[in-house]
Amino acid sequence: MMPFSLQRARTEEDAIAAGRAGGRYIAGGTTLIDLMREEVERPEQLIDINALPFRSIRAEGDELVIGALARMAEVAAHPETARLQPLIAESLIEGASPQLRNMASVGGNLLQRVRCPYFRMLDAGCNKRTPRSGCSAIDGINAGHAILGTSDHCVATHPSDLAVALVALAATMRVRGPAGERSFPVEDLYPLPGDTPHIEHTLRPAELIIEVRVPGGAYARRARYLKVRDRASYEFALVSIAAALDIDDGVIRAARIAAGGVGTRPWRMRAAEEALIGKTPDRAAFQVAAERSLQGARPLSGNHYKVDLLPRTMVRALEMAGEVV
Amino acid sequence: MYTVHLTINGQARTLELDPRQSLLDVLREVLGLTGTKKGCNQGACGACTVLIDGKRMLSCLALAAMHDGASVTTVEGLARDDRLHPLQAAFIEHEGFQCGYCTPGQIMSGLGCIAEGHARSADEIRFWMSGNICRCGAYPGVVAAIADAAGSSRG
Repeated sequence: MMPFSLQRARTEEDAIAAGRAGGRYIAGGTTLIDLMREEVERPEQLIDINALPFRSIRAEGDELVIGALARMAEVAAHPETARLQPLIAESLIEGASPQLRNMASVGGNLLQRVRCPYFRMLDAGCNKRTPRSGCSAIDGINAGHAILGTSDHCVATHPSDLAVALVALAATMRVRGPAGERSFPVEDLYPLPGDTPHIEHTLRPAELIIEVRVPGGAYARRARYLKVRDRASYEFALVSIAAALDIDDGVIRAARIAAGGVGTRPWRMRAAEEALIGKTPDRAAFQVAAERSLQGARPLSGNHYKVDLLPRTMVRALEMAGEVV
Repeated sequence: MYTVHLTINGQARTLELDPRQSLLDVLREVLGLTGTKKGCNQGACGACTVLIDGKRMLSCLALAAMHDGASVTTVEGLARDDRLHPLQAAFIEHEGFQCGYCTPGQIMSGLGCIAEGHARSADEIRFWMSGNICRCGAYPGVVAAIADAAGSSRG
């Protein structure tokens, strides 16, 4: 690990001032410390933001408000999460391990780096780690990689399960930085890789995530997260689906669907959502919608299976959501 | 160097540390508490699990200097005099190990699993212990030991 200095921010103003001076924020550290040990990350200054007052989890009306420093385990176990947004709890518990969920913050979860093996391999090309060094995954080991939103420069998936649920639920985030406060959809945090895959988020320099806000909706209770992976727990998704349905009088009024493991960002499935409106919630309708999930799909040498697995996982997730009483 | 105050197994310690030192390396190399094991050193195996302020965490991914003021419990802190903690005794009773290398992490994680209320069935224990890998495959004994200790601590 390269040498660095460590500063504990006492206030938000302290943190942002240190961020402007070039420091990197650290909360749980579960991604950053691992990557620093591999020397993929080489920050010269770390700013420990754990003392900042962004750890509360609360309801404001039917909106769930999650502080950026709340730990994954705290959010998953919180009664307001269970009451307002069970999908959030389910997506959290399907991710990482109990020990990591006790450590990792919500803000850090959303900003975690990709799990492409070449990103960690300093002697392999990776445009995310080293711009213009090439993408080793496109013609290499790519069974776990994306089929949606890829470019000739990067095909890595975003690894967060929580982000998939938040994108499905149209959550927003509040951030504060040197130029003040702003809010935007969590979906907009994630740019497509294009020819600049090293740009992984849309935060401006020194901006801090304050909280995530999940709006309520008639679909929020009838919502499930289905994660398909190589082992039953403690593994990243091959394909995952967050699905939420508003069913009234036997007819789908609204649907919210997002996918993980298949896109270079958490992938909202708007065409599939629209195909469900006004339909009876049955397997035939779910299959029609799921076929629309493949629009623009570009499989790689090792991940053709995702072209089948994605719609099948979506059908099953929609069935699971429809079964919630 | 940074001055860091830690309470390790009930004993207050003041340490001068490089910020790069993980809690795991501080426990093993500075304090000589080698019960906590270094498996993968990248947060994937669970061998380094300790309790930090009562919660199970991975000491390999914790910078000690970021835990100033924290209370840490390691496997060395469980026995009372010559009397093993009930979960330690249950691991022996149910043969919850073979080579033993992952065992301190399994036991510390098992304590967290029980305290969180996730030890109500074998399936639940398996899911909530998935962060601890055992290459010997002693999982049936691990699950039995935790179920036993959880039952006896309820009774």
